[in-house]
Amino acid sequence: MRKLFASALARGVLWQLAGWLTGALVITGIRMVMGLKPLDTFFFTEPAWVFGAFIGVLSFIAGSGIVGDWFKWAKGQQTPEHREDPDGWEKYVGISLDHKVIGIQYAVTSLVLLVVGGSFALIFRTELAQPGLQFLTLQWYNTLMSLHGIVMIIGILVGVAGVMNYLVPLLIGAQDMAFPRLNAFSFWIVVPAVILLLSSLALGGFDTGWTGYPPLSARAPVGMQMFFLGVFTAGWSSILGGLNLIATTLRMRAKGMTAFRMPILVWGAMATSLITLTATQLIGLAFQLVMFQRLLGMGFFDPAKGGNPILFQHLFWFYSHPAVYVFVLPGLGVISELLPVFVRKPLYGYRWIAMSSLGIALVGFLVWAHHMFASGMNQYLQVPFMYSTLLVAVPTGVKFFSWLATIWKGKIDFPTPMLFVLGGIVVFLIGGLSGPPNATVATDLHLTDTYFIVGHFHDTIFGGYVFPFFAAIYFWFPKATGRRMNERLGKLHFWIMTPAFLTLTLLMMRIGMLGMRRRIADYDPALGFEGYHIVMTIAGCLIAFSVLIFLVNLVRSVRHGEKAEGNVWNSRSPEWQVPSPLPSHNYENPIEVIGEPYDYGVAGSQYIKFSKGH
Amino acid sequence: MRHFAIIGVLILILTPLVYLGVDAAHVMPIEASAQSLTVDWMWNMDVAVLSFLFAVVMVPLVYSLIVFRRRQGETGDGQPIEANTKLEVTWTVIPLLLVMVFAYLGAYTLGQTRIADPNALEINVTAHQWDWSFDYPQGFTSNELHLPINRQVVLKMQSLDVIHSFWVAEFRIKQDIVPGRVTDYRITPILIGQYTVRCAELCGSRHAYMERPVIVSSQADYDAWVTQQAAAAAALVARGGPDAGKVMAAQNGCGACHSLDGTKLTGPTWRGLPGSQVQLSDGTTVAADEAYLTQSIVDPNAKVVLGFPSGIMPKFNLTDAQVKAIVAYIETLK
Repeated sequence: MRKLFASALARGVLWQLAGWLTGALVITGIRMVMGLKPLDTFFFTEPAWVFGAFIGVLSFIAGSGIVGDWFKWAKGQQTPEHREDPDGWEKYVGISLDHKVIGIQYAVTSLVLLVVGGSFALIFRTELAQPGLQFLTLQWYNTLMSLHGIVMIIGILVGVAGVMNYLVPLLIGAQDMAFPRLNAFSFWIVVPAVILLLSSLALGGFDTGWTGYPPLSARAPVGMQMFFLGVFTAGWSSILGGLNLIATTLRMRAKGMTAFRMPILVWGAMATSLITLTATQLIGLAFQLVMFQRLLGMGFFDPAKGGNPILFQHLFWFYSHPAVYVFVLPGLGVISELLPVFVRKPLYGYRWIAMSSLGIALVGFLVWAHHMFASGMNQYLQVPFMYSTLLVAVPTGVKFFSWLATIWKGKIDFPTPMLFVLGGIVVFLIGGLSGPPNATVATDLHLTDTYFIVGHFHDTIFGGYVFPFFAAIYFWFPKATGRRMNERLGKLHFWIMTPAFLTLTLLMMRIGMLGMRRRIADYDPALGFEGYHIVMTIAGCLIAFSVLIFLVNLVRSVRHGEKAEGNVWNSRSPEWQVPSPLPSHNYENPIEVIGEPYDYGVAGSQYIKFSKGH
Repeated sequence: MRHFAIIGVLILILTPLVYLGVDAAHVMPIEASAQSLTVDWMWNMDVAVLSFLFAVVMVPLVYSLIVFRRRQGETGDGQPIEANTKLEVTWTVIPLLLVMVFAYLGAYTLGQTRIADPNALEINVTAHQWDWSFDYPQGFTSNELHLPINRQVVLKMQSLDVIHSFWVAEFRIKQDIVPGRVTDYRITPILIGQYTVRCAELCGSRHAYMERPVIVSSQADYDAWVTQQAAAAAALVARGGPDAGKVMAAQNGCGACHSLDGTKLTGPTWRGLPGSQVQLSDGTTVAADEAYLTQSIVDPNAKVVLGFPSGIMPKFNLTDAQVKAIVAYIETLK
């Protein structure tokens, strides 16, 4: 316990709370001197809460010590280039510069957030089982629904960062990321951001959904500001993490690892990082403008002051649409990475799959206004955005057809990771096919803002992220721990989650088309949706139960899993050619690429060899 | 070759099955507007092609998983088939052509839903948290939207506070209403019946309940209703007084924020308000007399009650006579 309290995590959080209080008191003091009202509904006034929260984030950074080395360098002091991590769990609550430790920190944080966000969903899903309000108030419903959205999104961004951080340096044969301290900073900044987001629960919540459209968000309680600040802070993680990953991929590849000999996941990671590096700023900006509108009376989106509410939506979706490709591109990369291992065949059309990731990322920047077909934006924008949106189908189709050709005439095995890969393909297919009706504008005018969109969206994200993420954990768990996860529990997890999830989302689409609007706390019993909602609630509980099985399996396997230090999956990838788990700085002898990555079934072919010493 | 033949046959079987299955499930509500026919035609085109694409992916996938699974005791790897540029180009170009066809159809159907009739009936719609009111050219306001059949109507929609969205599922089309501007919504009802307009854009806590009836009737029935409402409205204004005020308050949706039973909603309750001493957020106290009540309706942010945020209540379009009647009504709620 004492070790926990001495950790960077505990210090950071305590400093954050202290900084928050100090900042709030300073503003309250100034207000008293100026003769302004010092206190409000939630004790402090809104400016005091916001300024305090901002100081709190800075205090976290100072208190946890993640920027210590940079300050020492600025003062002309030397620090050791490498840092030794303590053994055991302590290294995961302290500042480590090892990309594998940071990757696991990210992944565990992601799982925690997915459990928190999932619990929110379970609460309001149960509320919806019957018409009328059972145990939630309207404001609580809206707050939980909004927080479910943003907590899941941050959880997924963090999970994506975890997968990329752990794997990319291993896959390209690097010792670590290009900027290890920046890497640690990118992870740790998520912690105060999450605390800010969750603090909104205590500050009146917010009833706008994660989209936070003004003017509604300009009128919501103080909790709204904590949401804005939380997302703003978490955005730094995405931007800096993307920068780091691009630099790493460009500069740190092993000898002989040309662009088209990289493991395919690296292409997905690269495409994702290009988006996070260049688009995240826009959501931060949009939210910052609303913060200023609330705090300083700047009417950016207030029509009474010449502002335009639609402008917010453009800024918001310019990030938030590409963001869904941030979620799915690494996941689709995991699918492409694992399929050849389990069908024992080369990845079909490697170059096309690699280019399709970049294609999706590029087209993804040109489609944002398809979220706004009913918004009242200029009508002449509708048709061009419909064209660009439909265009996403082309590179996505290339991926599907290449996967089919990869499976064709393979020798297919079905261990747990493969099940999740296949589940991901099927669920993502349904998500993808429910997309075009939202693109052809006339049909979208019926479907938008209904449960159809909710079902479509959850299919794309489960297929593109959640299923591949589980596949990746089952697959690389032995690499990280030297032990295997239990196969039987893994299969149970899959066979409960998949049918339950498909039932849930298909029913969502059905009632959406029949008139179920999204984001409503209650629905008209005259619509006759009660039976559907009961089934959907049961399906939601089953998903939660299957994830519980997964968590038990995960925790148990860390200590008691079957030993697996070798190449468990008989993979050609470099990280499996050395014993698990890997030491810090990864490969003892540098890698040299001498062949193609996925030449399964080609006699005598080799992907890499190890050079002897430096 | 045998593999391909089987897969081809299975795709040909599965495609119509999926299409007919979706069709048989009656996924769309009834068609109550001319525009809904266009939307549903586009939807069916979407489903036809998507059924085919579903079959094209699922059939080879499931077929491979069964036929090419590793059998007991089987070892070794699969055949190292690398890539085939012609094939990759094919499955890039064919979807590209499909995309172009669908973009054309999408633009065409969008145009069909937007055709404007210069003789369309014009009705003003006001949305606010959390109610709808409908202003008719004959000079009365109602909480019900009555429309004559087979005549295009253009709704001139305004929001008094946040973004709302006008959606009648049976009409298909949905349109957001953005504060600070007037947004058009064109529809041609083709089926007599009662429907519901529901707000489709999250607009705050009572968003779920922002619903009002939409009644499509024959021209004769519509005319009769309009005549009767116009007469009733004129009589109401002429009569004035608390009873008239009560009706006007309901028509303008005051009850969405001001309760009559003492419950605290978005705004202060009206129960026990007249004659009481009201604490304001600037620390002062004011007596809730006629002047205060009138000012609070006409200029809602001049005096804000303690515990309620300012800038929430919009200015309603009310005549002096209407304000007077509503104040008279509130004054009866001691």
